Amino acid sequence: MNRRWILYGLVLVLAAFFLTPLVVVVLTSLRPNEEMAQRSLIGWPQAPTLANYAMAWSRFCIAERCVGVAPYLANSLLMTVPATIISTLLGAVAGFAIALWRFRGDTAIFALVTLGVFLPEQMRLIPWVIVLRDIGLSNTITGLIVVHVVQGLSFTTLFCRNYFVAVPQDLIKAARIDGAGFYRIFWRIVLPLSPPILVVCAIWQFTGIWNEFLYGVTFLTGPAQPITAAIIAISATVTTSPQYGVQSAAVLLAALPTLAVYLFGGRYFMRGLTAGAVR
Amino acid sequence: MLAIWPPLILSAGHVVVFTLWTAWLSFTPSTLLPEPGFVGWRNYTSVMSTRNFHVAYVNIVIFGIGFVLLTSALGLLLAILLDQRVRGENMFRTIFLYPMAVSFVVTGTIWSWLLNPGIGIQRLVRDWGWTGFRFDWLVDRDMAIYTLVIAGAWQAAGFAMALFLAGLRSVDNEIIKAAQIDGAGPWRIYRRVVLPTMGPIVLAVVVILLQMAIKTFDLVRALTGGGPGIATNMPTTVVYDFMFQRGQIGRGAAAAILMLAALVVVIVPYRLHQRWRGRRE
Repeated sequence: MNRRWILYGLVLVLAAFFLTPLVVVVLTSLRPNEEMAQRSLIGWPQAPTLANYAMAWSRFCIAERCVGVAPYLANSLLMTVPATIISTLLGAVAGFAIALWRFRGDTAIFALVTLGVFLPEQMRLIPWVIVLRDIGLSNTITGLIVVHVVQGLSFTTLFCRNYFVAVPQDLIKAARIDGAGFYRIFWRIVLPLSPPILVVCAIWQFTGIWNEFLYGVTFLTGPAQPITAAIIAISATVTTSPQYGVQSAAVLLAALPTLAVYLFGGRYFMRGLTAGAVR
Repeated sequence: MLAIWPPLILSAGHVVVFTLWTAWLSFTPSTLLPEPGFVGWRNYTSVMSTRNFHVAYVNIVIFGIGFVLLTSALGLLLAILLDQRVRGENMFRTIFLYPMAVSFVVTGTIWSWLLNPGIGIQRLVRDWGWTGFRFDWLVDRDMAIYTLVIAGAWQAAGFAMALFLAGLRSVDNEIIKAAQIDGAGPWRIYRRVVLPTMGPIVLAVVVILLQMAIKTFDLVRALTGGGPGIATNMPTTVVYDFMFQRGQIGRGAAAAILMLAALVVVIVPYRLHQRWRGRRE
């Protein structure tokens, strides 16, 4: 029995360690700035207020523009949602083509596509800058969608291909003998089997693109930047008179969408994580 | 079928073309814009002779070892604890893994407050009365790199836990039953039967974490900004610095290739090992 107590004690202590940063930032976001002046920002709110959120949402100054985080959150959303949907659907079709339809050179193509999972972003920075300039999408959210779709296809194709190899080939062969074409088979046979892997892809892509920072800060400037770049811009500009309450609210607003996805789709989130890592 | 070719070719092709492109740039005299020409290894030698580069590569060794050891140790501990049929396992799993759902930008910012001696943990403990308490690694040139280890391990330990837990649970029940029949106690079974099968998973986790360590960029930008001074620069920040702060694309490309080489050194032996093991079985 003693051993159980030690076990639960240890688990609870560790859980506290993992929760502390989140709890601190939630509490800080509820405290007026004066409460934290000349003190540690770790503490219980004496007079809880939601004013920080109102300020962070629409009035806080980021890089000399006093519009709050709302426009940057909108940028992130406008970038993440289309890129997630497009890369997931294309990945499903590509995964189907490689795993089940088969064509000459499919394994070579697959090997290259999955190398994209491993290639660091630093290797693609300058080429993307030039490509985006040449196709006229410099400093546009559409440009970032293109970047994330191309990059994301590496992951979604990998996930879907590995999921579809388990589908019996005979099923596809029979349909082909009956005269069904590529998209008909995809639509009628493969897609109905796919919801779990589509959810895994969508969650993985949404989380990854929403949280991405390097491309957002390099390919976009000022008002066009996503929320991650805005958060860094805040910390860079407010060093003279920090407002930790408002900053905490801003940081939480930035974290909320992916946290919500994680809490509601935890199982699928985990499957994506292991599939993306272990390969 | 035809319509799937453009995305497939874009996806596969950009990997090849962009790699060759960056490799080509690393041998050109490009500064603010790409320029043709060939300068041999000059970009590489000048990158490698900067202090920034030296600091970054000492840092990646310290950070790589510290991050991998702490993250996998913490992850293994969490996995073993949760494997003891803990009540509320799902809730604890959610708690340990949630940092992976959040951007390093967000968690790095929060850790930069907690570790800031003026407003964070040091200040709190001093407010409690221990006025001599010191925890100022964030502003200490020699110790700042370890703040990245702490924040990185905090973020990734739940991920390591999940992989280890899957491994612990995949051990064949028959073997465990046989050991029980032989009269072995639970702790003994654990040590002698379950943990020894974890070798391949430990190796996989270490390789994944090393790869993450080499690619670390957002966390550095959010937590230390590379500072104090240049004390916490990493290979990734060196690339960014050359390309976009100093406008030296050729050298930035050379730094990117050197980073890729570091990744290849980690991944390729692992892949060969995996293939060799796969063939043996």
